Amino acid sequence: MVLQRIIGVLLSVLALVLGLLAATAARAQLTIEIVGGSGSAIPIAIVPFESESNWPLGITGIVGADLARSGLFRLVDGSMTPRPARGEDVRTGDWRARGADAVVVGSMRPQAEGRVEVRFALVDVVKQMQLASMTYTVTPAQFRATAHKIADVIYEKLTGDVGVFSTRIAYITKQGPRFELHVADADGNNPQAVVTSNEPLLSPAWSPDGSRIAYVSLENRKPVIYVQSLDSGRRQVLANFRGSNSAPAWSPDGRKLIVTLSKDGGSQLFLINADGTGVQRLLSSPGIDTEASFAPDGQSVLFTSDRGGTPQIYRLNLASNAVERLSFDGGYNVSPRATPDGKGFVFVRRDGGRFMLGIQDFATRQVQLLTQGPLDESPSVAPNSRLIIYAAQQGGRGILAGISSDGRVKQRLVSPAADVREPAWGPLAR
Amino acid sequence: MRKLIYAALAALILAGCSSTPTQDAAPVEERTPDAGSAAPGTGGASTAGTTTPGISGSALGSGAAAVSPLKDPKSILSQRIVLFDYDSYVVKDQYRQMVEAHAKYLQANRSARVTMHGHTDERGTREYNIALGQRRADAVKKMMLLLGATEMQIETVSFGKEKPRNPASHEAAWADNRRVEIVYVGE
Repeated sequence: MVLQRIIGVLLSVLALVLGLLAATAARAQLTIEIVGGSGSAIPIAIVPFESESNWPLGITGIVGADLARSGLFRLVDGSMTPRPARGEDVRTGDWRARGADAVVVGSMRPQAEGRVEVRFALVDVVKQMQLASMTYTVTPAQFRATAHKIADVIYEKLTGDVGVFSTRIAYITKQGPRFELHVADADGNNPQAVVTSNEPLLSPAWSPDGSRIAYVSLENRKPVIYVQSLDSGRRQVLANFRGSNSAPAWSPDGRKLIVTLSKDGGSQLFLINADGTGVQRLLSSPGIDTEASFAPDGQSVLFTSDRGGTPQIYRLNLASNAVERLSFDGGYNVSPRATPDGKGFVFVRRDGGRFMLGIQDFATRQVQLLTQGPLDESPSVAPNSRLIIYAAQQGGRGILAGISSDGRVKQRLVSPAADVREPAWGPLAR
Repeated sequence: MRKLIYAALAALILAGCSSTPTQDAAPVEERTPDAGSAAPGTGGASTAGTTTPGISGSALGSGAAAVSPLKDPKSILSQRIVLFDYDSYVVKDQYRQMVEAHAKYLQANRSARVTMHGHTDERGTREYNIALGQRRADAVKKMMLLLGATEMQIETVSFGKEKPRNPASHEAAWADNRRVEIVYVGE
């Protein structure tokens, strides 16, 4: 273990040096650092799976990294002789003595046509019971995805919440004059550029089924909204009206979007079909209405408006057309994003020149400020409502950061080569 | 974490430290939307299968004579930038003469078309700044309409904080970036 750690450090140094040498070659791969953790992290031991070392990319390392990154788990040394590979092999007393509350064991066996059978079991060594056991038959190319699935099962069994390790994120990178819209795994792996442009890109928004992304591009010397299929890479114009077209937000059923258009003067909210037809004005205000975000039930829409003199957050009831102001403290509350659990919304507040994230509960109207700025923006909430990813500034460049919705766990997602911004958390895999 | 570093290391070694990024076998195409400004290093970027949006009116108004006053540095019409105070979209008096000159030009040249590009400084969120830049562009447009231009000659759009003139983060840079640029179509 010590040797492995030393090798790990050496590899990090080597990777850093190579990274500097090959700065121009560096892909916008994000690496994640955990900045703070939960005090009540669950101690868990992950035993390397039987025969795992026969494959270059293992599984348990990824499972452990996922769980540790959530801040809700603390990894306990998983080496043990003899090494248990099945739930019934776990001697709970040994693991209790080591301080673990749960143990993950498993095995990997070659099957026909290069496929591999991956088995795992999760054992609660305090209650002395097996909580889960699963078998997956996959190709080595699917190891990473399989590891995320296993981490999701463990997370769900031990926390009661849905795991989001199998989800994807989208974000924009800026490297020199070049802008790219990337889609990557939630842990920053497998980044793929799906749009490349020499003009700014912003406001990526996932369709609820994860098959398409809407975004704003300035490539035509004005903001135009596109919807792009992730399978085919094809895109179509959603809105290119006279004036500016921006701030796309999908309805929960994926059939419509709300967008901000200036075609009739000012910046106003419009409903539009996902194929760009049927544009229909939602509201009329003398000021700015923008940054729509559907409530998860599709019945109401949060948005930013300066109709009261300063930018504040409002809610539009789509059935009654009634508008209600939701934010009251401070002179600048913008970018509302409804949380998928329907309980409230995340937003950006300006306070004393700093832009910080807050979360507000619908029922109590209670606000909790989550970050300190100085320039935090573009919050996007994970499908389980437990984590928020957002854009921040560090040392004069854009990075992505994550924070748990209780404010306790913080992460930084750092790219070696580019400014990173405008994160959007994709939906749960179906 | 170590696996991640391994992967990064492997990718770097595979890339041979060359300056050519490795291409993913991505199921989505990597594309450069504007063929006229193809990004370096992605010679294979294509626009296949995508629609090119028609920009209304883009073919008009380029028929100005070689001695266009728009290009003459001695003409007030060569001045194109209106600067704004923080959080403000009021067109200051110092720009009135310039805005009026453009309005009169549009009045005299009814086929001329102009686009107002609204911009903000870097403070504030991206989408809200798109709306603020739009409001600045609309303010200049409104003044021009009062001074003789017609509605159909002027399109207002916003770039928010996305295209600063000065990318620095201090008061002087911010003051330069809070602006409306007057751009004649066809220029």
